[in-house]
Amino acid sequence: MSLNFNTPDFEVIREESRCIQCKVCVHQCANTVHSYDEEDNVVCADDTKCVNCHRCVTLCPTKALIIRRHPLEFRENSNWCGKAIKEIYKQSQTGGVLLSSMGNPEPFTIYWDRILLNASQVTNPSIDPLREPMETKVMIGRKPEKLEFDSDGKLLTKMPPNIELKIPVMFSAMSYGSISRNAHESLARAAEELGIFYNTGEGGLNREFYKYGKNTIVQVASGRFGVHKEYLNTGAAIEIKIGQGAKPGIGGHLPGKKVGEDVSATRMIPVGSDAISPAPHHDIYSIEDLRQLIFSLKEVTGYKKPVFVKIAAVHNSAAIASGIVRAGADAIVVDGFRGGTGAAPTRIRNNVGIPIELALAAIDQRLREEGIRNYCSLIVAGSIRNSSDVVKAIALGADAVYIGSAAVIALGCHMCHSCSTGKCNWGIATQYPELVKRLNPDVMYKRLVNLISAWNHEIQELLGGMGINAIESLRGNRLMLRGVDLNEKELEILGIKYAGE
Amino acid sequence: MLREGELRIPSGCAISGIIDKKGKKFNGKEIIKSIALMHDRSNGLGGGFAAYGIYPNYKDFYALHIFYENLSIKAQTEDYIKKHFDIEKAESIPTRYTPNIINVPLIWRYFVHPRINVCLSEENFMDESEFTSRCVIKINTDYKGAYVFSSGKNMGTFKGVGYPEDIGEFFMLDTYEAHMWTAHGRFPTNTPGWWGGAHPFTILNWSVVHNGEISSYDANRRFVEMYGYKCTLKTDTEVITYLFDMLVRKHNLPIEKAIRVVSAPFWDDIDREKSEEVRSELKSIRAVYASALVNGPFSIILGFEKGMIALNDRIKLRSLVAAEKNNRTYVASEESAIKIICDNPEKVWSPKSGEAVIVLMEGEQE
Repeated sequence: MSLNFNTPDFEVIREESRCIQCKVCVHQCANTVHSYDEEDNVVCADDTKCVNCHRCVTLCPTKALIIRRHPLEFRENSNWCGKAIKEIYKQSQTGGVLLSSMGNPEPFTIYWDRILLNASQVTNPSIDPLREPMETKVMIGRKPEKLEFDSDGKLLTKMPPNIELKIPVMFSAMSYGSISRNAHESLARAAEELGIFYNTGEGGLNREFYKYGKNTIVQVASGRFGVHKEYLNTGAAIEIKIGQGAKPGIGGHLPGKKVGEDVSATRMIPVGSDAISPAPHHDIYSIEDLRQLIFSLKEVTGYKKPVFVKIAAVHNSAAIASGIVRAGADAIVVDGFRGGTGAAPTRIRNNVGIPIELALAAIDQRLREEGIRNYCSLIVAGSIRNSSDVVKAIALGADAVYIGSAAVIALGCHMCHSCSTGKCNWGIATQYPELVKRLNPDVMYKRLVNLISAWNHEIQELLGGMGINAIESLRGNRLMLRGVDLNEKELEILGIKYAGE
Repeated sequence: MLREGELRIPSGCAISGIIDKKGKKFNGKEIIKSIALMHDRSNGLGGGFAAYGIYPNYKDFYALHIFYENLSIKAQTEDYIKKHFDIEKAESIPTRYTPNIINVPLIWRYFVHPRINVCLSEENFMDESEFTSRCVIKINTDYKGAYVFSSGKNMGTFKGVGYPEDIGEFFMLDTYEAHMWTAHGRFPTNTPGWWGGAHPFTILNWSVVHNGEISSYDANRRFVEMYGYKCTLKTDTEVITYLFDMLVRKHNLPIEKAIRVVSAPFWDDIDREKSEEVRSELKSIRAVYASALVNGPFSIILGFEKGMIALNDRIKLRSLVAAEKNNRTYVASEESAIKIICDNPEKVWSPKSGEAVIVLMEGEQE
């Protein structure tokens, strides 16, 4: 074996005067960064193993630890930066595909941050959510083109199945396997308390969680892991996963070491086997095949559940979305290139797909031009970071949003981007029992409830400021948006005016 | 400076409406007196009236009222009209000199009948109202300098830049008799001064006068534009008119359901409904027509062939008062504007938020 060229990314700084050698850090770090030297009674650190997850920093009773970027620098070079060089070292050593976790971290434009919201002044009053009703409920599902009444004013039209969201935010698909059982339980219980939905991801649903079925969206992905009739009928809605923002064009990948007894039973695969979903659905090679899958799922669930179709935001999303509506989907989910993941090839994560803001604006506009926007709900995902992102997404044309990264951050994720190692010190993206138990669902589900409740208050305040008291009046209301630092083409695609116009 | 239609101009306003449900006609002087009392609610940048029942001799013809900026656009537009309609009569709308009314465009009216063969050939089949509304939208979109500001049967709109009482004087409304009048005084927060921008806004027999600024404007606009409308004026009133035309004429909703759409009950109130049937109906209305909910402060008076509807927003952010005496119903932004033309009304009330005052002509059903 040749010399290992890798150098540490982070530096562990231990203030010796504070350290009491209690060894909490040693016990807490699943990456075995910290070790105790009995002879000298000191705690040492191996910087090369550190992923900067802050577990030790947070739990250190004397606050003796600081992790920071390693000061070691390569010679300055704008082209061959440290990251580019280190990636070559890794690949030349292993011969493998580079893997990454969480969403695209590259410095592409974040359009949310270049869009500003309106507020009422003088000509119409802002509405005070503390004193007036302020509605954030939305109905997700197919809508008929119009309602018909008989001559006595009785409604004749039968409504297709819709799900009701008290708040237009849902928890994105994260499979049991990629995240822990306790993380799943926290999401399910929070969704139930909030009157929203969480998504099983592609790993099936543990039977013990069937009781949260009315707040569950069950996913059907290309691997069909854990998909059976009972599973489909347990959820409130079904989501066909065609693609994911973090890795458009390829399927999910769960390393065998994350497949223990329970995951194996839920997924219906052998213990320890890699769960690698095919890149395409092998029964969907075009849009007409998608229609057949949508209707097979409707058949099996008695036309009682809306069927969503999730795609990654790619160049031709608008036309694809139009096809999906026409194929009979009740909702389209579009996942932008910043969407998170437990594991994705780095090259794909960082270079494939387009920003959700642009995809959303283009899809909403296209569906309107075709006169079919009202048939189908539009849900977006792919890095919604806060309530103003939610509001901007809805004003651009979304019905609701999915959050994944924000939800796991609420559960303690510190964005160390190392989910694929399976050694999540926070008990989220891991299956090791000793790590999983660190995440207490009784406590952590409450953090999710807090987060979404806080966002809801903020959404209500922003809505009230705009003089709106129902969120549907914001949907597609692009006059409420103005751009800054955007060029004309970007404004055109977003369908918004420049600030001051 | 950009003209109305090229940008969106919020405005506050005064509105007033009178209907005689037995169809007895009365002179335009009354409504002028009512709207004039609320002089301070307008700022001289727009006033107008809608009158129903004024053209009994031409009641089967669409009455197109058109502003022209010059003679050449008039000639072009008339070519288009001649191609699509048989013109029974064309005339300049009579006006009288009024000192405060300036920059007057050419103002014409045409009593027309759609040419059936054109109706049939252009898009396979269309009924004459759809045909007429498409032609109106076509002129307003493509004929720059021409603007059709009224297109109903046996009704007409009269509007322009100025205080409403001056506009009434200018159009000689004291020479018209109608069974229903609505009026509008405008307070735009910008000064484009374009005649087409004044209210009422109309399409076919629908007329809308409106006080308020709707904060759901772009959601509503993008919704109706999916169904073939084109919002050329970018005003709240225009979009409300199209919403009603779409809901009632195209989607065949009963009028009280259309009201539930634009001024929808709150979800909490829906949940409190005892009857499962009512609950599921209201839910369906909110789900299917979510984008047609009109949000933000408004009070509006809608006129149509069957009668008059006055409506407030869901939390009554704009004033609206109603009164009744004998066969007449009055609605206005202020009670004083009713009292000045109606001594001792039998009943005066402030309609609740989201609750419509619906007055239908006798013999009409909702």
